Amino acid sequence: MSVWLDFEKPVMELELKIQELRAHAAEQGLEADDQLVELERRADALRRDIYARLTPYQRVQLARHPRRPYALDYIERCFTGWTELHGDRHFADDPAIVGGLALLEARPVMVIGQQKGRDTKENLMRRFGMPNPEGYRKALRLMQLAGRFHVPVVTLVDTPGAYPGLGAEERGQAEAIAVNLREMARLETPIVTVVIGEGGSGGALAIAVANVVLMFENSIYSVISPEGCASILWRDGKKGPLAAEALKLTAQDLLGLGIVDGILPEPLGGAHRDAAAAAATVRAAIVRQLDDLSGVSGPELVERRLGKFRGMGVFKESPA
Amino acid sequence: MTWLKRERTGIKKKKEPRSDVPEGLWTKCEGCGEALFQTVLEENLWTCPHCDHHFRVPARTAIGYLADPDTFTERFAGLEALDPLEFRDAKLPYPERLKAAQQETGQKDAALAGVATIGGKPVNLVVMDFFFMGGSMGSVVGEKVARAIETAVAERRALVIVSATGGARMQEGILSLMQLAKTSALLVRLQEARLPFVSILSDPSTAGVLASFASLGDVVLAEPKALVGFAGARVIRQTIGEELPPGFQRAEFVLEKGFIDRIVHRKRMRDEVSHILEFFWRSTRGFAPDGGESPHAFRPALPSADGGPGTSARSR
Repeated sequence: MSVWLDFEKPVMELELKIQELRAHAAEQGLEADDQLVELERRADALRRDIYARLTPYQRVQLARHPRRPYALDYIERCFTGWTELHGDRHFADDPAIVGGLALLEARPVMVIGQQKGRDTKENLMRRFGMPNPEGYRKALRLMQLAGRFHVPVVTLVDTPGAYPGLGAEERGQAEAIAVNLREMARLETPIVTVVIGEGGSGGALAIAVANVVLMFENSIYSVISPEGCASILWRDGKKGPLAAEALKLTAQDLLGLGIVDGILPEPLGGAHRDAAAAAATVRAAIVRQLDDLSGVSGPELVERRLGKFRGMGVFKESPA
Repeated sequence: MTWLKRERTGIKKKKEPRSDVPEGLWTKCEGCGEALFQTVLEENLWTCPHCDHHFRVPARTAIGYLADPDTFTERFAGLEALDPLEFRDAKLPYPERLKAAQQETGQKDAALAGVATIGGKPVNLVVMDFFFMGGSMGSVVGEKVARAIETAVAERRALVIVSATGGARMQEGILSLMQLAKTSALLVRLQEARLPFVSILSDPSTAGVLASFASLGDVVLAEPKALVGFAGARVIRQTIGEELPPGFQRAEFVLEKGFIDRIVHRKRMRDEVSHILEFFWRSTRGFAPDGGESPHAFRPALPSADGGPGTSARSR
């Protein structure tokens, strides 16, 4: 079943009409007529038009689209030999983060990603992709394992944020994130991050201290959710669209601010319209980045990664 | 003693007056409701003599309580925020918010950085100021912390950071988030240089700052009852749909859960930090680099006369 976003309504109406006409034509044993061809042309033009002028909040909606491919959808299509590894060795396994061994062409890689659920039951299990501290500790365990064997790390970011729960606080959510930020920085192996959906604040960053950070064109990455920001600064959570504009959270904004290194194009209408094509894009991008980083020594990778994040920030300085 | 003086007496806010900011000579304690004479509060370093409630204090005041008297020299004071996002909330553009905060606090941003000694040991000190936009970390705070780490390495000093913050500054969006990575990543260099980092959590120390350098101290201290947590209590309550246990996210709770080393009364903080630094000072022969000489005046350790803090009933 298709899920339509509010701004897609004009296209939806055309598409439903096209389907109707097609069904009618098939019933009558007729060839597609001029009217149908014309409608399809119009639907395509309309879609291109809508998707060329997406507002930031429309991209937020696409990044959160319930049919959008999730980490495991990409893992299945981009890699072979996927062997998921579980648990942080201290407390539990967190299904909101998946990680494991995989092959990219013939190359071993450690893949880690936040994983949302496809239905209510799975979402309860995976907490809508919001990790607990043990998820971040599992991710770190796997990254350090990869580091010891000089295996490149690929992370797929897709989370509304770290889970705000009682247990998460008791088990040190902040500490878990902080430790990841420091320890990822010193990992002597290439790290490539792709923001595939939602990059929700510290909960996203905790697996994104990478040599290269790429974003899908309809993904977002932000210090706070637009709704959370709106409820604080506008005192009205429904002002999310305004906050989304203000926060500069789209891939295009982040490339302009020098926070991400590249934007991956999505199929027309969003990644969910053609998961296979989206996965092919991710795969090609990762291969290219890992090729570029393959000759770089461990210490040099650390130096570059540290230097990249060290340079972030915009301020002025007058003589004191 | 001038360093005990509160530097500003009123922070104007139009709606409800803040109870932690004295309007006149008397201040009502938020902890026990007792009316306290301001000079009594100052003598007690803005803690309540009846219930030990720790009032929030501006960065300058906190520096006065922590650093050895007259040893603090500010650095990186020329750093000022810009408005790269051209951020505008419901009412005001970010530059206006900054200007208002600067006028209210007399500070350029939400942290002061500099060099000082604590118990005679050379430190790079960063103290956050909750009264400046909720102590939020944007590019300037992140840059001050980053430079404090780098110069600690270059000049062989210990690092001491006092947090007082609601987290990352929304008005600088993703750039604020990246300060978490920037500061945490640089701590790798401090560790490699074998220099100690004491992180002090005052009320509140939350969200993005707690999810970066504030949690990464070699020793993490907190003031009594300081709010220490990642997510806001309201958000957690909404998520789990039940009430939170008493004392949730207070320093005592977080100590019990294992994420803080010690809870220290403000009056004992300088002594505690001195004692902790002494330990590392001795073990590194004056913060000397591996196989090198200390750039500081390091005398071979003399036995300490008092054995240091740790026996006080007030500190844990």
